[in-house]
Amino acid sequence: MPATTFSVPTPDYPFTHRHCLSVLRFTRPDIDYLLALGAHFAEADTPEQTLAGATVVNLFFENSTRTEKSFELAAKRLGADVISMNVGTSSVKKGETLLDTAATLNAMAPDVLVVRHNASGAPALLSQKVTGSVINAGDGMHAHPTQALLDALTLRMKLGEIGGKRIAICGDIAHSRVARSNVELLTMLGAEVRLVGPPTLIPAGARDWGVEVFEDMETGLAGCDVVMMLRLQLERMGGAFVPSKREYFHFHGLDRRKLGFAKPGALVMHPGPMNRGVEISSDIADDPEVSLITAQVEMGVAMRMGLLHALYTGSAA
Amino acid sequence: MTFTLSGARVLDPASGRDEIVDVVVEDGVIAAIGETRGEVRDVSGYALMPGLIDMRVSTGEPGEEHRETIASAATAAAKGGVTTLVLGPQTLPVIDDQSLVEFVLRRGEACGVNVLTAGALTRGLKGRKMTEIGLMQEAGAVMFAAGSEAVADAGLMRRIMQYAAGFDALIASPPEEPGLAAVAHEGAFASRLGLHGEPGAMEAIAVARDVALAELSGARVLVDIVSAKEALNPIAEAKARGVAVSASTTINHLALNELDIGDYRTFAKLDPPLRAEDDRLALLAAVADGTIDVVVSDHTPQPSGRKRLPFAEAANGAVGVELMMSVATSLAADGHITLMDILAAMTVRPAELLGLDAGRIAVGAPADLAVVDLNAPWVCDSEGLTSLSKNTPFDGRRMTGRVVRTFVGGVAV
Repeated sequence: MPATTFSVPTPDYPFTHRHCLSVLRFTRPDIDYLLALGAHFAEADTPEQTLAGATVVNLFFENSTRTEKSFELAAKRLGADVISMNVGTSSVKKGETLLDTAATLNAMAPDVLVVRHNASGAPALLSQKVTGSVINAGDGMHAHPTQALLDALTLRMKLGEIGGKRIAICGDIAHSRVARSNVELLTMLGAEVRLVGPPTLIPAGARDWGVEVFEDMETGLAGCDVVMMLRLQLERMGGAFVPSKREYFHFHGLDRRKLGFAKPGALVMHPGPMNRGVEISSDIADDPEVSLITAQVEMGVAMRMGLLHALYTGSAA
Repeated sequence: MTFTLSGARVLDPASGRDEIVDVVVEDGVIAAIGETRGEVRDVSGYALMPGLIDMRVSTGEPGEEHRETIASAATAAAKGGVTTLVLGPQTLPVIDDQSLVEFVLRRGEACGVNVLTAGALTRGLKGRKMTEIGLMQEAGAVMFAAGSEAVADAGLMRRIMQYAAGFDALIASPPEEPGLAAVAHEGAFASRLGLHGEPGAMEAIAVARDVALAELSGARVLVDIVSAKEALNPIAEAKARGVAVSASTTINHLALNELDIGDYRTFAKLDPPLRAEDDRLALLAAVADGTIDVVVSDHTPQPSGRKRLPFAEAANGAVGVELMMSVATSLAADGHITLMDILAAMTVRPAELLGLDAGRIAVGAPADLAVVDLNAPWVCDSEGLTSLSKNTPFDGRRMTGRVVRTFVGGVAV
């Protein structure tokens, strides 16, 4: 798409969703519409100010610099006013419940509430109590729909078509909302999705998700077009899931040798932040020939612009 | 005072009686069956059954009376055809000595229904020190319970059982293993929701321990709420060997499954968690064949503020004493279990475990009775519940069967 085209794609698409809580609430045409918007904003030098006058509130109960700033930048580029609530240090610590916070914020009538919370389902609960749109920016181990959308956008920009591609999602799948949302989205887009990780980090029942599960990298990565590495979430591991970072890297960390099991020219992704030397070697992460990690961050802003635009201009807004 | 309940279909699991026959009540007891004396009260078209005995009811009294008082629970019970309830010890403070047993029993007097209580197995339910089981039994405690958390120390549990065996006390122990406990049933559904899953195998592990300790000590042990199919074989095998083990489940686990937590519906967040459909079907079969002896409501009133939270943080439990009869008749109406089988688990079997002469329609038994319209269709509205707390997963559900009248000791309540 040439950079001079400022018209938003398919402006008459009937996007009926008020919230973005998980990928599965969207249909395939919704996803195609969102990805087209993301592609448009990735190319647009001066994006339309379709959120001019809108208020976007970032409500992050879990710290995340990159996702929060990505949303902030996306909203500002579309002309919105953005407020970031530092809830980690405010009234929540004084015993205010999630719904109290929601009621307080709702009184300020934000158009879009971007929520990250460490409890699965928290944004869904909030969405019942606010009048604006709620975007789930990551909830517990449940979902991170905008990460999946930006990953799909990155792949679509790089590969063209996602359908039919073999994609391995590797590592700490049990604790990963990114993995769950990506499984949902990539399978919807027709990719052949594999999960690769030690048995303790594969969620119970994952074999019923329409994916193949592998416990070692060599067979798991065989024939893969894309290798998506996940962060080992040591902070969510109440118990012992793997014996040590050293052993984890030895068997499940992505290095040059293990990448060799995948299809020649396979691409590498990581949602960040990375634990270098734990799930991925710096050698791979920093290799522009194979790593899409920087492109993911770039696409993150464009994709979130697309989503904000869709929610704010859609028929449910 | 003498009256006759006339024309009802009498359903008595103890005797297997299922026929239209008149029942004479005199001075609070069932005086005759098949006769007609005194004032004749026409209950034709309805079922007449023993009032239910609910072995697991929590209130907030003492300590959290805004959740539920003993009186409000008793009123709800009467409305639901429950004529005897056993209070759990998990109050503030915990019912762990004789004066507290006496307190709750006194508060339960003149509440209409029979209010009994369990005593705590350990002081403060902390799992460290044995309570005065003998003194609490003398004060009226009918069983001894660990509440919602098992006594983790097997050595302590062994000594409690050995000691309790001397009093022939019934010990209720939840089949829980702390290292494996979690907020949802382990499987593809909970994994997708991003909720920590508890494997059904956990209950098999805990049952194995308690069965082995029961065998070692000779104590009478109730596996206090089975929810997983994995627990059923160990229980059935222990029973076949003659171990004095019994088991309960809840009406919720017979009627609902993991999918009812749907989109993080915390009103269906229970302890143990709702499990898979094949677990539910296995539980129904186990109630029918007697592997599971007792069905309880596990009445757990929670104010909505403790439920309207993210799933993992929300409180467990549902109110149920008022609904369990209707859920049971609905299950029977839908062909999931026979009415007689599920009634047995809520009448005569708990009576036998507790040593009560209630729970049956027999000459000489107390006239604790429920008159039920088995075919009444209705829709559950949580706001219409009598309980002070309205947390039920059955809100909006269609039910078949409703209690018309409840008698306790021959008195309509």
